[in-house]
Amino acid sequence: MELEKFELGATPLKESAMKDGKVLTLHKKPNLKYAWDNGPAIDRYLAELKKGRIIARKCNKCRRIMIPPRMFCELCWRPTDEWVYVEDTGVVNTFSICYVNWDASRIKKGDKPHLPAVIEIDGASDGMGILHVLGEVEPDKVKIGMKVKAVWKKPEEREGAITDILYFKPMRG
Amino acid sequence: MAYQRVAIVGAGITKFVRRAHETGKELAAQAAKMALDSCGMTMKDIESVSLGTAPDAFDGVHMKGEYLSDGSGGWRKPYMRQFVGGGTGVFAPIHGWYHVASGMFDTCLVVCSEKMSSCHPHPQGAFKTIFDHTTEQALNPTLIWIFALEMNRYMSTYGITKEEIALVSVKNKKNAMDHPAAQLPMEITVEDVLNSETLAWPVNRLDISPASDGAAAIVLASEHTAKRITDKPVWIDGVGWNLDTAYWATRDLYYPRYVEKAARMAYEMAGITEPKREIEIAEPYDPFDYKELHHMEGLLLADRGKAVEMLLDGKTQRDGDRPMCPSGGALGVGNPIAATGLMKVIEIFLQLRGEAGKRQVPGNPRCGLAQAWGDLMQVGTVVVLRR
Repeated sequence: MELEKFELGATPLKESAMKDGKVLTLHKKPNLKYAWDNGPAIDRYLAELKKGRIIARKCNKCRRIMIPPRMFCELCWRPTDEWVYVEDTGVVNTFSICYVNWDASRIKKGDKPHLPAVIEIDGASDGMGILHVLGEVEPDKVKIGMKVKAVWKKPEEREGAITDILYFKPMRG
Repeated sequence: MAYQRVAIVGAGITKFVRRAHETGKELAAQAAKMALDSCGMTMKDIESVSLGTAPDAFDGVHMKGEYLSDGSGGWRKPYMRQFVGGGTGVFAPIHGWYHVASGMFDTCLVVCSEKMSSCHPHPQGAFKTIFDHTTEQALNPTLIWIFALEMNRYMSTYGITKEEIALVSVKNKKNAMDHPAAQLPMEITVEDVLNSETLAWPVNRLDISPASDGAAAIVLASEHTAKRITDKPVWIDGVGWNLDTAYWATRDLYYPRYVEKAARMAYEMAGITEPKREIEIAEPYDPFDYKELHHMEGLLLADRGKAVEMLLDGKTQRDGDRPMCPSGGALGVGNPIAATGLMKVIEIFLQLRGEAGKRQVPGNPRCGLAQAWGDLMQVGTVVVLRR
């Protein structure tokens, strides 16, 4: 068989076909709301963030200090053992300079790009990173390996969320 | 391990397009009908059906497996839906393989159908919910973040440049010019890629595959059945799949260890000890251009950090020593998620049969591989095919 010998299906539609009413579409916006339970590990993580601290969990078998904290070690497949406070500093493992929003719309002209990064947190095991964003830095100055420190919301504004850390900024010196 | 040998005996595909008039069911039926026609079979000859389709959120239809079942020929048949994100298109034929390999069935129709265009304003929005709801979604991530983060880590670990990586996009989009289903066939230059809109540095628009609608299908048969259907069966000699942790930020992104584990599983089953020598042609998953190189390394088809040298030497061109994505890949043919992986399996099937038309690679290859990848950058799915 060769693909070239068949008439292939799928009829392409132009973007305008919907706007001009050439095809009939039904529009629907589902209105679903969720209240996610976070479990004991992330509950404590969030409670500590509210206090301006970062907490991890340790597995006494593989001896990894894990962040985000988890009640089970996915490598050893056993419960984790201890809570361990880690630093609010770390190292940029990788980063991006992002001009699009979550829904693929573009950031407004003149707005600063998003600076998502994987940050390896000091005090956690090697390579243990979290997703967060960088701030107080020009995009072209960001480097892999850069030391960074958390910039926290004011205590009274914190709500027990990952966004209680506004962003990570470069450390001087 | 005792199992029936399983062959691919027929294949079908629709065009890949940004927005199809047809529903996902209709696309599935078009691809399935073509697959049956290609080997002179009818739905009556099909004993089981394996369906692959990616997130329900694209369609806004829950229980999408059930929704697509009638178009896929799954009605009143043993029917199963497979879903591991972008890895689905190679996971579904793996499922079909063990329906038949187990001895439970002598035939299985594998259908992968995807309609991404229903999701507005852009199907990318649906991907936000793959991130952890508490620790990540609050940061408003887009799917491109993880690709950009991984690409940057990969580039800086080995000192690979954007210019070099762009060559993958140039190659694949050009290969797609000979694929009759292709959505984005084009002749472009490295400069075109570099000058296209920066979405999330280091990712530019032409580094990425498009959102697509489309479907693909293959017919699987046991050895004794296959020999009655065709004198050119292509055997599934190895299958492998593997999943890494969803705590994606806690593993180093420069190397896809889970792809290596999936590949090693498939190679062991196929008796392959030297993949660089024995895998003559491959379709690594290429939703972004750097992923082709990243996956060649995970698949052990190149040493770590060295896939780019094969690219620069022209070895991965269609007429090179080790053609990669001769179809045009996700970058050129298009990326209707689940259907893309199966399109890659179909390309190797056609190449090994010498039926790839203008896309045919020289040298009459005997052994090839198709691979897909997905979930939260954590799953690898691999099939090894031989004629």
